[in-house]
Amino acid sequence: MSVQDQVHRLLRPVRPWMVYALGTIPAALLMLRIFTGDLGVDPVKAIEHSLGLTALQLIVAGLCVTPLRRFAGLNLNRFRRQIGVLAFVYASLHLMVWVTLDLQFRWAEIGADLVKRPYIVIGMIAFLMLLPLALTSNNAAVRKLGAQRWQLLHLLTYPAALLAALHFVWLVKAWPLEPLLYMAAVVALLGLRVWVRQRRATATT
Amino acid sequence: MADRYTTNRLNSGLSWADVTPKEVFLNRRQWLAGSGAMALAATLPRQAQARIEAAKSRYSTDEAPNSFEDITSYNNFYEFGFDKTDPATHAGGLTISPWTVEIDGLVEKPGSYDLADLVKGMPIEERIYRFRCVEAWSMVIPWIGFELAALLNRVGVQPGAKYVAFTSLARAEEMPGVARGLLDWPYREGLRLDEAMHPLTILATGLYGEEMPRQNGAPIRLVVPWKYGFKSAKSLVRITLTDSQPPTTWNMMQPNEYGFYANVNPEVSHPRWSQASERRIGGLFAKRVDTIKFNGYGDQVASLYAGQDLAKDY
Ligand code: HEM
Repeated sequence: MSVQDQVHRLLRPVRPWMVYALGTIPAALLMLRIFTGDLGVDPVKAIEHSLGLTALQLIVAGLCVTPLRRFAGLNLNRFRRQIGVLAFVYASLHLMVWVTLDLQFRWAEIGADLVKRPYIVIGMIAFLMLLPLALTSNNAAVRKLGAQRWQLLHLLTYPAALLAALHFVWLVKAWPLEPLLYMAAVVALLGLRVWVRQRRATATT
Repeated sequence: MADRYTTNRLNSGLSWADVTPKEVFLNRRQWLAGSGAMALAATLPRQAQARIEAAKSRYSTDEAPNSFEDITSYNNFYEFGFDKTDPATHAGGLTISPWTVEIDGLVEKPGSYDLADLVKGMPIEERIYRFRCVEAWSMVIPWIGFELAALLNRVGVQPGAKYVAFTSLARAEEMPGVARGLLDWPYREGLRLDEAMHPLTILATGLYGEEMPRQNGAPIRLVVPWKYGFKSAKSLVRITLTDSQPPTTWNMMQPNEYGFYANVNPEVSHPRWSQASERRIGGLFAKRVDTIKFNGYGDQVASLYAGQDLAKDY
């Protein structure tokens, strides 16, 4: 039996709700670190960063599902919806921490940041793109929209991923490696799709 | 601007111990008259217990200092890495003795000064200052140090000098961020001469009554409390008096984001984030407070910039 088949067999008993349960682990670990005082002297930034990073990691993980099937024969499609919804949940928590613990409800400054600060604007656009995706991540919505329109809508994943990575690159001082690596991963994963599409197009003409 | 420099008085035969120029002294009295609240400083319960002999200073704020842990585990010191915990993790191996500081340029007594000689006889004070990072967080830090003016007077500033340039250590063997080339090393900063001569501007050699921790810029660093933190260059190896504005690291890298002056100013945003308020480091519910122009030192320093458009000279 191939490795892929073994993995598929191993994953067979995994129910979607279990993915959600797994998805609470980063949040639980974060809570633990908050209560044990393990987040250093500026826990607010640490929490904000950790939630943003988990959201971005989940977005990248979601983008891996299709190429894994296409190029590695590993089918994780069953879990894609949960990964996407979790990404949205972490992005929401990230946004909430920004409004509450970081900006502390200073609405004038929040409003100003939301229109003036490119990295905030970009993060917000990414978040607003994830919102309809999260709202339509249920069978009822798929039925109502029809598969084609639903798929079209979910193409928003791509610009959202790019903007989320750009948000990270833009907010740091100088050029640390980490944000660039995420950007590279997103660009590579999207590039792969473009490449596949082009190859298909040339194959059919 | 040059006509406002009274450089001549620096060479007017002041004795070695006579470190407080009269003009500065008058400044100080004026300022004191305006802030009776400072008298309370001495009665504060959280006053640091100085182990290094350091006189209390009227320039200290009466705000409660951040903890030693806050101050020594949350540092931007890119010579050791980009993360704020990198300096505390990686600075332990930094050799700080022997240490010499090169003083050159337009000075009467240029030379390579051994740190001990340089500090000897300086009037060491504790200065509890607010510290405002350009990233919109802040702390209150009980520095130990002496006025830069005292040192400049000792070495004698030549009449043509208009700026002071500072260079930090760049030692790849002991500094992983230097080895990895994170910035264009060595780190360089600069002040206009009147800023450098201002009594609030100090060379700090310690904090909380102890020798300067390595992650905070041991063994000697600049502290300019009315400017964003990056102006306060750490681990100084060179001080140069010049007649033209010296290039400074962040300004060279991103001139539209980091100006030469970098005075704390809530009215002038960093292009990427607001400077209207700051989070005072201190746990999960650390309060965000309004940022005050010149970091609250306006009474003492605003006059340095009379007639200057601070939105342009940011
Ligand atoms: C798809 C949505 C988003 C993703 C994936 C995301 C991701 C991230 C990441 C990865 C970081 C850096 C973490 C680190 O340094 O380790 C970050 C930082 C940050 N994000 Fe987001 N973000 C999103 C949306 C938003 C939104 C909507 C806002 C606010 C309106 C926001 C505000 C911030 C702030 C303030 C920081 C920290 C900046 C600092 O260090 O001061 N983000 N985000």
